[in-house]
Amino acid sequence: MILRGRAHKFGDNINTDYIISGKYKFKTLDMNELAKHVMEDVDPHFYEKIKPGDFIVAGRNFGCGSSREQAPRALSAAGIRGVLAQSFARIFFRNAINCGLAALECDTSPIEDGDELEVDLLTGKVVDHSRGIEIKTQPLPPVMVDILKEGGLIEYFKKYGSFQGVKR
Amino acid sequence: MGKTMAEKILENKVGFPVKAGDLVIARVDRAMGQDGTSPLAIQSFEEMKGEKVFDPEKIILVLDHNAPSPLESVSRLHDLMRNFSRKFGVQLMEIGEGVCHELMVSRGLVVPGDLVVGADSHTCTYGAIGAFSTGVGSTELAVVMLSGELWFKVPETIRLNLKGKLPAGVFSKDVILYLAGKLGADGATYQALEFHGPVIENLEVEERFTISNMAVEVGAKAGLMVPDEKAIKWVRERTNREFQPVFPDSDAQYSQIIEVDCSSLSPQVALPHQVDNVVPIEEIGEVPIQEAFLGTCTNGRLQDIGVAARILEGRKVHPGVRLIVAPASREIFIEAIKRGWVEKIVLAGGVFVTPGCGPCVGTHQGVPGDGWNVISTANRNFKGRMGNARSFIYLASPATVAASALEGKITDPRKYLR
Repeated sequence: MILRGRAHKFGDNINTDYIISGKYKFKTLDMNELAKHVMEDVDPHFYEKIKPGDFIVAGRNFGCGSSREQAPRALSAAGIRGVLAQSFARIFFRNAINCGLAALECDTSPIEDGDELEVDLLTGKVVDHSRGIEIKTQPLPPVMVDILKEGGLIEYFKKYGSFQGVKR
Repeated sequence: MGKTMAEKILENKVGFPVKAGDLVIARVDRAMGQDGTSPLAIQSFEEMKGEKVFDPEKIILVLDHNAPSPLESVSRLHDLMRNFSRKFGVQLMEIGEGVCHELMVSRGLVVPGDLVVGADSHTCTYGAIGAFSTGVGSTELAVVMLSGELWFKVPETIRLNLKGKLPAGVFSKDVILYLAGKLGADGATYQALEFHGPVIENLEVEERFTISNMAVEVGAKAGLMVPDEKAIKWVRERTNREFQPVFPDSDAQYSQIIEVDCSSLSPQVALPHQVDNVVPIEEIGEVPIQEAFLGTCTNGRLQDIGVAARILEGRKVHPGVRLIVAPASREIFIEAIKRGWVEKIVLAGGVFVTPGCGPCVGTHQGVPGDGWNVISTANRNFKGRMGNARSFIYLASPATVAASALEGKITDPRKYLR
């Protein structure tokens, strides 16, 4: 699975309240409605800047705070295909994969806002075409790779009915 | 080689030896969702064609974040939860019963040694009674409701030895704010915390929840404490369910051991807009406030309302401040009424709202105005958290919040507690 898109760069500790504020997310299950408000408190015009297929590139601890799954779902609905970060908060990381949103841990410092990126989800290879560099990412646990392959946890669970390939 | 509490609890659940780093599938003892996360879990459950839940007794849904409903769209989501509860026989806590994390422990739904997941990041609260409890997303909650199990990575553990004796006017909230400042917002990501030492042993169980509650604010998966006699007695008063407490081995392997002497700790304040942006109150300077909020899963308990009543009794809230109080449960509210504390706070100018999350999550019951400073007993001060990105949230103990409400600026509570 090869993804291509532009980088939108953010800093450290982007919490899930910033990704989608509580004042919106408690009202509706309509992710297309929530999508209009992603990152609003950090960048009020962010939604208008997204082209389908784009990436968020961030620093440390992306997705900290609330467990709201609306955060990765609203990002997906807004057109974001993946998030690259130095590190993730654990609940967001799981939620992202479970929603079929790629989440890759890597050194994001060389990537600049607007760079053209190419990401191979299964090998974890990231190429920054604007800088002409390749960036190595942390491999996902096999169970997460399998969930991502199916497009998310719902499809995975419909297919297998239980978690596969993990000791029980 | 010895094992940590996290390793031993997960090992008990899977029935074979595990160590930090292993991936396992474990059956959970309880699963919880609230009104911000359950509607999406129910939607996922339906998309997976769920026809029954694994065990209705073990699933708890709570209406607390946006309750009573302020909007027709929210009422629809609440009804989705009520209908799900009726259809599958799962427990539902109605509006006004209280905050999910307080109800899970005060109603005896969680016992030491349990493995609990909740679709709310502050599910780590139950670590204070020796349960491994952690936050999950809505679709994971749906999978658990269907199958009763989930995959976990066995975490490494940071051990915190909290030594000394807390000075008067310094509370468990000050301890965890201090630790958040020291560890940083991602200081324990992917790891568990174990809190040890005389500071923890001397706290009442209710005060311990405040510390475990905020484990997630440093990125931790769980915030565990040894279930001592005090904790075991507290749980036995609330349930007849059998349980086997789990203790860490004396030679357990920790990723880090951190010693902190709390004897000279001051009241602490987290400054906007990050929980780890913490200073002692002596360094706060002149910060006027327009709103003071006492409540939440961190600090809406009886002791918290009690200390505020003591400070506010016979005095008046500053005319420039709105003081809002949300008891963490109906039972706490009733007890605070019986003890005369509610009357004292209301006479001082405080406003009580429904037991539940109150204005913490920015949906209702006290959204701050533009440019306002809010002093709050909650666990998060992110920009926009309380519903207005043009306001500023400071976090502190209930005593500091009450003293600040009186003076109209962030105030050291110790002079009111002598």
